Amino acid sequence: MSYNDVTHHAADDQDHDHDHAEHGPAPGLMRWVTTTNHKDIGTLYLWFSLIMFFIGGAMALVIRAELFQPGIQIVDPMFFNSMTTMHAIVMIFGVVMPAFVGLANWMIPMMIGAPDMALPRLNNWSFWIMPFAFTIMLATLFMDSGGPAGGWTLYPPLVLQMGDSFAFVIFAIHFLGISSVMGSINIVATIFNMRPPGMTFMKMPMFVWTWLITAYLLIATIPVFAGAVTMLLTDRFFGTSFFSAAGGGDPVMFQHIFWFFGHPEVYILILPAFGIVSSIIPTFARKPLFGYDSMVYATASIAFLSFIVWAHHMFTTGMPLAGELFFMFSTMMISVPTGVKVFNWVATMWRGSMTFETPMLFAIGFVIMFTVGGLSGLMLAITPADIQYHDTYFVVAHFHYVLVPGAIYSLMAATYYWMPKWTGNMYDEKLGKMHFWISTIFVNVLFFPMHFVGLAGMPRRIPDYSLQFADWNMIATIGAFGFGFSQLMFVYIIFKCVRGGDKATSEVWEGARGLEWTVASPAPYHTFETAPVIEPATVTR
Amino acid sequence: MSSNVTRWALLLLVLLMLPLGAWADWGALNMPKGVTQISNEVYTLHMRIFYICVAIGVAVFGVMIISMFLHRKSRGVKPADFHESTTVEIVWTVVPLVILIAMAIPAARVLIKMEDFSDSEMSIKVTGYQWRWQYEYLDSGVSFYSQLDAEHNRARQQGADVDLAETFPGTSFNGVEDIYLAEVDNALVVPVNKKIRFLHTAADVIHSWWVPDLAVKKDAIPGFINENWALIEKPGIYRGKCAELCGRDHGFMPIVVKAVPQEEYDAWIADKKLAMAQADSDQDRQWSHQELVTAGAQVYQANCMSCHQAEGQGIPGMFPAIAGSDVATGSIDKHIGTVMDGVQDSMMSAFSDALSDAEIAAVITYQRNAFGNGTGDTLQPTHIKSLRAGDTLSAPSNVAAAQELNTTTGVN
Amino acid sequence: MSSATSGYYVPHAARWPIVGSIGLFIFFYGFATWLNQGPFGKEMFFIGVAIVVFMMFGWFGLVAKESESGTYSSQVDTSFRLCMMWFIFSEVMFFAAFFGALYYARIFSGPWLGGVGGGGAEMTNAVLYQGHDYVWPSNGPEDIGGKFQQMGWFGLPLINTLLLLTSGLTCTFAHHAIRVGKRTPFILWLFATVALGFLFVGLQAYEYYHAYNDLNLKLTSGIYGSTFFLLTGFHGFHVTMGAIILLVVMLRATRKHFSADNHFAFEAAAWYWHFVDVVWLGLFIFVYLL
Ligand code: HEA
Ligand code: HEA
Ligand code: HEC
Ligand code: CUA
Ligand SMILES: [Cu+2]
Repeated sequence: MSYNDVTHHAADDQDHDHDHAEHGPAPGLMRWVTTTNHKDIGTLYLWFSLIMFFIGGAMALVIRAELFQPGIQIVDPMFFNSMTTMHAIVMIFGVVMPAFVGLANWMIPMMIGAPDMALPRLNNWSFWIMPFAFTIMLATLFMDSGGPAGGWTLYPPLVLQMGDSFAFVIFAIHFLGISSVMGSINIVATIFNMRPPGMTFMKMPMFVWTWLITAYLLIATIPVFAGAVTMLLTDRFFGTSFFSAAGGGDPVMFQHIFWFFGHPEVYILILPAFGIVSSIIPTFARKPLFGYDSMVYATASIAFLSFIVWAHHMFTTGMPLAGELFFMFSTMMISVPTGVKVFNWVATMWRGSMTFETPMLFAIGFVIMFTVGGLSGLMLAITPADIQYHDTYFVVAHFHYVLVPGAIYSLMAATYYWMPKWTGNMYDEKLGKMHFWISTIFVNVLFFPMHFVGLAGMPRRIPDYSLQFADWNMIATIGAFGFGFSQLMFVYIIFKCVRGGDKATSEVWEGARGLEWTVASPAPYHTFETAPVIEPATVTR
Repeated sequence: MSSNVTRWALLLLVLLMLPLGAWADWGALNMPKGVTQISNEVYTLHMRIFYICVAIGVAVFGVMIISMFLHRKSRGVKPADFHESTTVEIVWTVVPLVILIAMAIPAARVLIKMEDFSDSEMSIKVTGYQWRWQYEYLDSGVSFYSQLDAEHNRARQQGADVDLAETFPGTSFNGVEDIYLAEVDNALVVPVNKKIRFLHTAADVIHSWWVPDLAVKKDAIPGFINENWALIEKPGIYRGKCAELCGRDHGFMPIVVKAVPQEEYDAWIADKKLAMAQADSDQDRQWSHQELVTAGAQVYQANCMSCHQAEGQGIPGMFPAIAGSDVATGSIDKHIGTVMDGVQDSMMSAFSDALSDAEIAAVITYQRNAFGNGTGDTLQPTHIKSLRAGDTLSAPSNVAAAQELNTTTGVN
Repeated sequence: MSSATSGYYVPHAARWPIVGSIGLFIFFYGFATWLNQGPFGKEMFFIGVAIVVFMMFGWFGLVAKESESGTYSSQVDTSFRLCMMWFIFSEVMFFAAFFGALYYARIFSGPWLGGVGGGGAEMTNAVLYQGHDYVWPSNGPEDIGGKFQQMGWFGLPLINTLLLLTSGLTCTFAHHAIRVGKRTPFILWLFATVALGFLFVGLQAYEYYHAYNDLNLKLTSGIYGSTFFLLTGFHGFHVTMGAIILLVVMLRATRKHFSADNHFAFEAAAWYWHFVDVVWLGLFIFVYLL
């Protein structure tokens, strides 16, 4: 196909306007490359992140295998560090974020009654950057100098010692940033502009609300991250002194800029999860979400607070006392709106008529284990105690609790919840439940012991450790392999469901509310091509 | 059918918890109380917030579990329809706020104490290097490097094939002192009952000086100095680790603090001063080839082996071999430059600060003769000394050295 | 294959995005290789740029064509507006990172190195940089890049400020013209704006020349040089982009594109131009004046 063809085709397009109005997807592989359909793009995002989950997970298994026993058995310490770094980058930027964008693509238009995203071509581009950007990122692992090995936080001056892979990593981050910002702008535009008349803001499902706020977090912080890594680049290659004291800069300045991005980033990884859980719990409790308004305000408060707490990652860098106090108090404050959310979920369950299908199990697992992670986060916020916790496995335990049985569980819950809508088939309920229970057992065997070794003094990012930590590390590794391999079940269940199964009704779940359940299962290629009528009494959430 | 799955899983979960609970020695799994007033206060604070968190967890999960038990469809419950209550929203905003304030006040109090650096009685400057610590006693001028003990360093190499439990016994789960990877060649010796101020900085990348028993952890940032302090009340040996990722051997730069009574400390300082004077005069004398090779082997094992490997074979693609290396067999000036100034933008850091004249001369002599390099070169510490003084002369060629070779049995 | 059923507009096949991704991929890969002095880095870099430029022409050309043929509903127009608005906001945040660096260096790290700001700062100065006094502009305690002179605000920067402010005005005049459908004044005012923009860039280039040759002020002149050149450099790059966009708008206008009530491309460019303008004011105050 020559480029002339492309323009030619595109120019032709207008002539065919009406003929194509009712068209389904174009045939062939190019359908996926050129698609502008929000459902196609959502599907692409979701498959992409599932694949990346196994890549990132395989890296985690390398880490855990090396830590199975004290002593260095399997990998060089340098490679170990680059596994740690790459594992985090892949999981955050390649798994959780794209998966949430995929869900946003699939569900937001359907939830608000829109025919598609606001800017479908841009939407296509946002996705099609991902595979290319990750090709650059992952290619660094095969370079002579090895992949990035300074941690996902990329602190200078250590990161400046990286070999050839340095520039590739920086540009891959820029590249991914373009995708994230465009994707978020699209979501904002969709939510603002594509709602049919009558779909007021306070009628939007929580998932839409949480994504709207997440999109703002992304638009506001990803460019800051891009700026920070740009300064790393110029420090390394063009002789600037941003992060070097000799020239009047400061390595800690990078940490401030990074965490100004990094802390909101962790809420980017959890707010859509809150939205998902807020959709699922009412369905299976057969009772409307408790405290919808306060949920919206709580989400907004969390987002606002997330911009003024960043330095809680830097309590040991020698900040002045006033700074430490400020960041301690502001960080603690985040527990209040987060608590409101947790309490609202519990109140939603209270006096409901609950059933425990797989999505509900994952959602409840989320609420409980996320709270465990949140409470350890609160402990980390206490500065004097964080002096002891910082950079130990206690921190690793904290963030895996909010990320794995947190963010990842919400993704699994969402998959089980909406898969019948996507495929038209019910998944295998029995396998789904087994998947939940096996995962839940192993994920705790995996991450709970990390609290202990962390408190007892095991630093993070080390390939070898003192013998006193040996037993718990062995247990954690067993948990990791158990959890990892039980995810193969998840893949099996998805494949099975895509290929067939009991036919799903439009409503799918007895207690389901909202517009997405009014369209057929599987959802037709185009939904809501004419605006649905949203009366004040219509239930949309 | 599926509730069967649930029941089995729950049973399994409970069964799994039992052996774990019995197995664990809980005392060793918590934060140490430590040996300073601050560390004790931090421990108390930690336990207090921990119990509060447990209580919150029990309350929230308790209500959830009750609800899951009572309000299930299979019990024939009809769903209620309430979905709003300003009163409860206010309650569960205000109550957590109060709890937080109850946590924040003691936390702030401890923090303010920790940050009070006034009235310190002595100062020690601690500099982080990849991967060792330098301690400079600012009051007495004593200064030395401290790094992972050689025996541990050998044991932790990939493929070292050491039975760790046997080599480093008395170490395990049950809290008996564990020293694998926690032993250094030169411990930091300090007096008890003195407010010691630490000044942290770093020479290359960020490190972090952490000793749990003292509840001190402060980042060592190149180009900046951070303050920190401790007042140790109990004599003893306290171990810590570098707590900020600082490159390949971040896991292998332990800290050992030996707190001793004042008299013992004074004697130690006096000894240390003597030893330093001795080492100083060593820089000025002529060394024999063999002496240099022997000393160089030790320097190599302590500083270079982790990258360039025991037989100088390096790790292909990552660390170049010294055996047969162009630098180690070619111009000696380039070799000196590589070791003293490092290689820009690579893991090969500058060793000119970290090693003394004699050590640099020794390790270069060793590298040029070991691993089959056999150049026969001998490099004297005085040469390094004059280089440092600004001379630009070339090192003596190996002709002269080769003559000396005849009289000693050099490594070839 | 676009459809505009009942007010919604859904283009069905997008070929430009994949071209853009490939272009950016080659661009980034090439740039990184080039920085590492690897093989074909430079070549890939320029091929990447060429593909991206080609993609932009193609994509924007397509959009322009669709717009002129009335494919777009007012809803699409609003989407474009939202898109541009939040894109500009993201750019603001990008600049914020560099302004933040400037602020941090001047308020925190600089004084700290000079011994002001608590015990740690005193010790930093006393132990590591004895005798170093902090004064802005600073190239750090180790005098990185050697002695240099500060770039004053009077003269070129002031002229540049006036140029950009004037260009903001001419841009607004252009807007008024097209709002009442007067094409020729529209084109002329646009021309003035573009000309002022390029003049600005030219003077900025001269200022750099002056800095390097007369003031010994370089990118490598410590933190002052770093922040000065990165802030003004990224700004200059944005001015260039903005001017090119306006130029394209102008050329489209000469081809009878745009009407009194359909000229969003121009408006987007104008917003962008005003954004660039405001950033300059920030620069003028924080980089040159204070
Ligand atoms: C999804 C991601 C996510 C989320 C949601 C959170 C949530 C929180 N995090 Fe976490 N955090 C991370 C991801 C996340 N974190 C990551 C990745 C790191 C490490 C980065 C790195 O260094 O690599 C980190 C590190 C980190 C640190 C730095 C630790 C260190 O390095 O020393 C701190 C310190 O304050 C912290 C605090 C918190 C707090 C207070 C919350 C709060 O939002 C939690 C609030 C929730 C609750 C408190 C529970 C529910 C509330 C109730 C049931 C109400 C009742 C409660 C009270 C009355 C208190 N986190
Ligand atoms: C969303 C984010 C996310 C997720 C999901 C995870 C998931 C996991 N992480 Fe985490 N992790 C981070 C984010 C995340 N992590 C971050 C931010 C860091 C900090 C990095 C830093 O310090 O810079 C970190 C660091 C980190 C460490 C500390 C490393 C160190 O300090 O040196 C460890 C150690 O155990 C670990 C383990 C795991 C494990 C076992 C999982 C498991 O949940 C993974 C589950 C496993 C699988 C899904 C594997 C499936 C694979 C197979 C079954 C094999 C088949 C293979 C193929 C088909 C290819 N991670
Ligand atoms: C952290 C790893 C590390 C340590 C420790 C280390 N080196 Fe190196 N060394 C390197 C790397 C990497 C290079 C390659 C630098 C380059 O050319 O990019 C290198 C290169 C060299 C070379 C040049 C070899 C050649 O053929 O290019 C010599 C000689 C050398 N090191 C000597 C030493 C000595 C002596 C010590 C100890 C006092 C030491 N190194 C410690 C990593 C290390
Ligand atoms: Cu030094 Cu980690
Ligand atoms: Cu945070």
